Amino acid sequence: MMPHCAYVLRIADTSLILAQRLGEWVGHAPAIEEDLGLANVSLDLLGQARMLLSYAGELEGRGRSEDDLAYLREESEFLNATLVEQPNGDFGQTVVRQFLVDAWQLELYEQLLESKDPRLAEIAAKAVKETRYHLRYSAGWLVRLGDGTDESHARVQDALTRLWPLTGELFSTDEVDREIAQAGIGPAAEALLPGWSARVAAVFAEARLAAPVMSPFSWHGKQGRHSEHLGFVLAEMQSLHRAHPGATW
Amino acid sequence: MTDNSQDWPLYEIFIRARSGLDHKHVGSLHATDARMAIEHARDLYTRRQEGVSIWAVRSSDIVASDPADADTLFEPARDKVYRHPTFYDIPDEVKTL
Amino acid sequence: MRRDSGVDLYTQGLDSLGKDCLRDEAEESGTFEQRFQTRVDAEEKIEPKDWMPEAYRRTLIRQISQHAHSEIVGMLPEGNWITRAPSLLRKTILIAKVQDEGGHGAYLYSATETLGVSRDELIGQLLEGKAKYSSIFNYPTPTWADVGAIGWLVDGAAIMNQVPLCRCSYGPYARAMVRICKEESFHQRQGYEIMMRLSRGTTAQKDMAQQALNRWWWPSLMMFGPSDAESKHSAQSMRWKIKRFSNDELRQKFVDYTVPQAEFLGLTIPDPDLRRDEAAQHYRFGTIDWNEFEQVLKGHGPCNRERLEARRRAHDEGRWVRDAAIAHAAKQAARKNSRAA
Repeated sequence: MMPHCAYVLRIADTSLILAQRLGEWVGHAPAIEEDLGLANVSLDLLGQARMLLSYAGELEGRGRSEDDLAYLREESEFLNATLVEQPNGDFGQTVVRQFLVDAWQLELYEQLLESKDPRLAEIAAKAVKETRYHLRYSAGWLVRLGDGTDESHARVQDALTRLWPLTGELFSTDEVDREIAQAGIGPAAEALLPGWSARVAAVFAEARLAAPVMSPFSWHGKQGRHSEHLGFVLAEMQSLHRAHPGATW
Repeated sequence: MTDNSQDWPLYEIFIRARSGLDHKHVGSLHATDARMAIEHARDLYTRRQEGVSIWAVRSSDIVASDPADADTLFEPARDKVYRHPTFYDIPDEVKTL
Repeated sequence: MRRDSGVDLYTQGLDSLGKDCLRDEAEESGTFEQRFQTRVDAEEKIEPKDWMPEAYRRTLIRQISQHAHSEIVGMLPEGNWITRAPSLLRKTILIAKVQDEGGHGAYLYSATETLGVSRDELIGQLLEGKAKYSSIFNYPTPTWADVGAIGWLVDGAAIMNQVPLCRCSYGPYARAMVRICKEESFHQRQGYEIMMRLSRGTTAQKDMAQQALNRWWWPSLMMFGPSDAESKHSAQSMRWKIKRFSNDELRQKFVDYTVPQAEFLGLTIPDPDLRRDEAAQHYRFGTIDWNEFEQVLKGHGPCNRERLEARRRAHDEGRWVRDAAIAHAAKQAARKNSRAA
């Protein structure tokens, strides 16, 4: 697959799988207002995923639609960051995952505004506004939970310890990233680290949370090598669509 | 309630539909802090582009008149017809008045 | 339901109970009652702080909170399909729709709170199994077509019920209903569109659509409540203009609207007695199984247990989150005070 297409798919799949995870919350959140809030974030991410998948389909040039790409690819063909496929856990774990991704997506979309690919720059211009709100929402909750009660503090600190090792992947530049950066299409993965670290550290301080030590093992979801969780996500997401080949809905 | 948790406080929400209009009361919601109140108002009351500005006010901070006082407060304005332009009889030939 | 203490804590500040409401029961008779009914008859809206008969308040609290509970429980049967929606567009629409149900629940709880009862108390009643909600949401959604059938039939029936409520005598309820009705028509249309796609699709899809219609038709008719002869609260609610049309009138209107829609889809309504009465310009339909309705209402429907358990789980598992937000706000306030001191 050409790097340009793979790169767009990485961003698309990360939004798609995170939207899918957030969709599991709707109707089960800690307060009605949070049902609405999580649904809004999920809708924004789905919107991004649809635009990006359609674009990836065009780049690929095999006539595949957003749905073909979402519903008919195998697990190893999904290029999302491993972090977003992690289970929701409790609300604290969902907030931590969301915050780490929001801060990363904001860096990414801000830099993509300068992309030499006008389509990506256009999508980023829309997504950056949405992502600023997502970060505001997740950071607000991270601070409340980190600072709130002993229990809430322990829960989010625990979630952070659990999810932190999965952030390494977001900043490790591989062959695809290098080519993309050289072509001026997008930032190298490592270029997102300074801005992300600064954002994350500021909120951790307010939330009284300690950043764990980075683990030496790095995940490679963006190369199609996933944790055990993605298979289940896809089995559920794709089941109906695959049961009726060629049907329209 | 079966548990001892405290309720989230109530906020009244006012939305400006577009610039040039007043903020209008749209309802209430529950939140624990000002920032959350704005975010919840955004998610609950502006899902269909209903607003460009939000005010959130703690319900307990609002002072309201009592309907039982309505006669005292509002009846005295009723006979002040001279406050309205239609009270004055001006001949038709006088223009732009 | 009237709270003589804690009123400030629980009611909307704008709309908290006025002096009139706190008069002795004995004084409530006679002139107040008459003046109230005269206002209602004149189509004046009753606002939260206005004097109102205690039974009117109780009726409204019961009705609006049941309505709110129905929206919240109603998120579950369709929410069931968010993760499996068959296209990304359908997934998007479904999330927005289920989200709206949550929003409607929130508007309605907000309206109920103007009557002097807190949302947490109402939710407590729901979770303890003391409050009712629409029996329709105790039916399962085994296939994608059920999502379509719910939008088309259940939301269709709901709209039929809700449009007249926009003119309800109680201001906050009427205003909430105006907002809800505006949002609700998209729900019915997306449901019908799902049914259209299925009924024009593969044999398997068409079959799925017919099965869903079979499952939802009768429960949808039951949504309008017992027939007028059996309905306990109807007459008084009509007098108070909380209700504008009888259950049977609305049910008939629903059938008259829906039968041609089913014909357009090429689907068969599961009622052998259904026929057109040209003289009366109505569709006549068979007998509703009111025993089933009663059983589901009493908690013996197919999904009553799951629905309440799901709500309880969300509530219980969310408690530490709600408590943490309260604790954080208190700490913030304390920090602010200590800085000021």
